[in-house]
Amino acid sequence: MAKKKTIRTIPQARTPMPEQAPRARARNFGEVACGYTLENALVEAERCLQCPDQPCVRGCPVGIDIPSFIAKIAERNHRGAYDVITDTNLLPAVCGRVCPQESQCEGVCTVGDTLEPVAIGRLERFVGDMAIREGWINLPYVEPTGFRVGIVGSGPAGMACAADMAKAGCEVVVYEALHEPGGVLKYGIPDFRLPNEVIDVEIDKLRRLGVRFECNTLVGRLFTIEQMIAEMGFDAVFIGTGAGYPSFMGIPGESLNGVLSANELLTRCNLMRARDFPSFDTPLMPGRRVVVIGAGNTAMDALRVSLRLGAEQAICVYRRSRAEAPARAEEIHHAGEEGVAFRWLTSPVEVLGDAQKRVRGLRCQAMELGEPDASGRRRPVPVPGSEFEIECDSVVYAIGTNANPIVGQTSKLRLDRRGYIETDDDLATSILGVYAGGDIVTGAATVIEAMGAGRRAARSMKAYLGLRDSDVVFAESAPYEARRFGFPPGERGHARLRLA
Amino acid sequence: MSPDSGESFEIVAREDYSDVTFMLDIRHPAMARAAKAGQFVIVMEHAQGERIPLTLADFDPARGTITLVIQAVGKTTREMQRNCLAGTTLHAVVGPMGIPSHVGSAGKVLCVGGGLGVAPVFPQARAHARNGATVIGVLGFRNRDAMFWEDRFRGVCDELIVCTDDGSAGLKGLVTRGMEQALAAHPDIDECIAIGPPVMMKACAEVTRPRRIRTVVSLNPVMVDGTGMCGGCRVKIGEGVKFACVDGPDFDAHEVDFDDLMARLARFRPAEGEALRKWEESCRLGAAQPASGERY
Ligand SMILES: Cc1cc2nc3c(=O)[nH]c(=O)nc-3n(C[C@H](O)[C@H](O)[C@H](O)COP(=O)(O)OP(=O)(O)OC[C@H]3O[C@@H](n4cnc5c(N)ncnc54)[C@H](O)[C@@H]3O)c2cc1C
Ligand SMILES: Cc1cc2nc3c(=O)[nH]c(=O)nc-3n(C[C@H](O)[C@H](O)[C@H](O)COP(=O)(O)OP(=O)(O)OC[C@H]3O[C@@H](n4cnc5c(N)ncnc54)[C@H](O)[C@@H]3O)c2cc1C
Ligand code: SF4
Ligand code: SF4
Ligand code: FES
Repeated sequence: MAKKKTIRTIPQARTPMPEQAPRARARNFGEVACGYTLENALVEAERCLQCPDQPCVRGCPVGIDIPSFIAKIAERNHRGAYDVITDTNLLPAVCGRVCPQESQCEGVCTVGDTLEPVAIGRLERFVGDMAIREGWINLPYVEPTGFRVGIVGSGPAGMACAADMAKAGCEVVVYEALHEPGGVLKYGIPDFRLPNEVIDVEIDKLRRLGVRFECNTLVGRLFTIEQMIAEMGFDAVFIGTGAGYPSFMGIPGESLNGVLSANELLTRCNLMRARDFPSFDTPLMPGRRVVVIGAGNTAMDALRVSLRLGAEQAICVYRRSRAEAPARAEEIHHAGEEGVAFRWLTSPVEVLGDAQKRVRGLRCQAMELGEPDASGRRRPVPVPGSEFEIECDSVVYAIGTNANPIVGQTSKLRLDRRGYIETDDDLATSILGVYAGGDIVTGAATVIEAMGAGRRAARSMKAYLGLRDSDVVFAESAPYEARRFGFPPGERGHARLRLA
Repeated sequence: MSPDSGESFEIVAREDYSDVTFMLDIRHPAMARAAKAGQFVIVMEHAQGERIPLTLADFDPARGTITLVIQAVGKTTREMQRNCLAGTTLHAVVGPMGIPSHVGSAGKVLCVGGGLGVAPVFPQARAHARNGATVIGVLGFRNRDAMFWEDRFRGVCDELIVCTDDGSAGLKGLVTRGMEQALAAHPDIDECIAIGPPVMMKACAEVTRPRRIRTVVSLNPVMVDGTGMCGGCRVKIGEGVKFACVDGPDFDAHEVDFDDLMARLARFRPAEGEALRKWEESCRLGAAQPASGERY
């Protein structure tokens, strides 16, 4: 091995991400961040110190072996890097793009104490994209166990659970209400941040693992969770239906035409391709001056989509300050570069309409930060007499979502006070054999957390079905080949890995 | 159902009731078994199509089919009128959606259907009849030529009043006239169900409000997903806001803000007009688009 690296010997500056120029990209749906080149990746990989205590691994919700995969990149063993990542993470090309790295892996990177942290997410995406380009896939040889597993919802939670159960030899069927699989990754997050092709490739990999996707299937109404167990022959069921139900504020004027949820805007634009209207039939009436309420990822997506649909102005209204904004730092930065205007410490009080019941403005009031609240963030309080109007013709709500109600309405599952599914630590619900995870359990969170939950539930389901679990069975010292799939090659009765 | 199961949504029968109204029977055995009165489906004719909600007008578990009755009013429904022939397939059909209608212990029920609401009210009339209620039907059509399903309703109603705008069949006038007549003859009606265009449902609510008769309407706001995810279908009910696709589509007529519903239905009118114009133009030019399924 080469001489031990120190903070002084590594490349000091974080390798910048090649990006489309702000002016050009604000008018197209092409991807904003173009991805590292081979050279970029090699330089950035050199910045990792290979810390023995690996703080970054603990910062990743699924515990990717980050130093190992970065070391493989530095050795130009990209396939090896891919193998390390997919050991724990099903969707590197997705997570590398959308994880809030600054509060996860990169937030605790040792290099970050002195310099900018290693760009773990960008390196992960580099590997994920290369895998897509090269068509890499780690298809294990799976011995069927005869168990049947039903998955409700095809978002990241459902996908992760499906993959693990399929690898364990179960017959897996994923039911999705919409006409295409992918959940928020498909209908919510826009193409300029996460191209739909990336998701389609990943879904296709699941299909090759033997997972069957049944779209256009509204579970709860076409059949219930109870029927899946009692009548349809499923030995275990996982529910990952997400927290799609959008909130409004209840201020006057919310039913005016021109007021809509970010979910509606994004679904029409991304899933239904209204941006190509009238070649695609779904209409969307984009505003010319659009105000988006909220400052999370959803809000940034709505603002940036509005610009790309031709809005002259896109204004973000948020009642706290920039420091409290929940969006990924990169998204706020990109939105600003593209011309989004921010009105921090501003809270709407009324949507104003004209005689045709169309939006003509938003009345707001200024806020100031008071004492910290339960979440530790300083609570915004209204400044008396500070009301003012913002002229606009569209108001988009991106202030959060609630539990999707359908499964709750139609089953005896125990829900919590707010309508989310109640589970124990193993993600088991109140019905035997039924597990749940992702946004429908935690409330709106992140892609990688949803995937982590899907995998955790899969672990519990395997235990419930009497299948041994890879992570438990395998000692750290196991040969890498075997660890990847989970069971020692000699062990009987379990699925085994054969390199594809 | 599709894509992986390889199943598609086949149209097994079609019948035309007038120049704008047609019926499709679609094979979907699981839905035919699960469907209940008052529920709806969302249909996509082809991969580039819009998702449009349509009420389940009937469902037959024995044959494994569901029935939709569609009025051609805009681009999507007119394109379906042209392309959806028996033997063709639809890109997507999902349902049954919405909370099934409450079929309670009412002894005497008035079922009112106008225009595109005639078919959707049928399963409710039948459910009440099967429940032992006396069912009085009031159906409204533009004229004699637009009439359909009179026979089906005769089969489940104890009494049927047909109204036409021009008097070419039955009573001359709107369904509210038929309702007045029914209410005069049956002061003991416990419940009224009214389905049709919002203006009609609003008028029906005003007929029953002074008489304090519980009245249920099925609302039809613009929808996208039908799963509670977009909030586009929100309606004002009393002081609150509900999502019609998951909290409805049935609501207490006396609580519904119909003016709000009507204003919100106009949301996409300019775009709808543009789509229809472009489509008609392409039809005129003979550049007819291929039927469903062939686009991709
Ligand atoms: C616009 C937007 C941007 C975001 N950006 C980021 C980001 O940059 N980074 C990040 O980490 N996170 C982001 N998130 C959050 C992240 O996408 C979610 O936390 C994650 O997708 C949750 O995954 P899930 O599998 O629990 O649910 P979802 O992805 O919501 O999937 C649930 C699926 O279940 C289906 N379903 C629901 N009910 C039924 C039913 N009854 N029967 C059948 N199917 C059903 C739904 O149609 C849906 O496809 C964003 C979210 C949004 C909305
Ligand atoms: C729960 C529900 C049940 C329905 N059941 C039926 C049914 O059984 N038979 C039937 O013919 N129609 C039904 N509709 C209405 C049907 O969905 C619309 O006619 C259809 O979406 C119009 O699409 P289009 O592209 O042809 O017309 P567009 O060009 O989209 O619109 C033409 C006209 O129809 C109105 N419209 C548009 N979208 C909707 C909508 N989602 N709901 C109501 N009106 C709309 C517009 O205001 C416009 O005036 C139902 C709607 C809902 C919400
Ligand atoms: S999955 Fe997310 S948190 Fe984990 S290493 Fe990758 S980018 Fe970081
Ligand atoms: S903390 Fe940073 S420098 Fe240390 S191993 Fe992880 S990525 Fe490399
Ligand atoms: S149609 Fe989207 S929430 Fe009802």
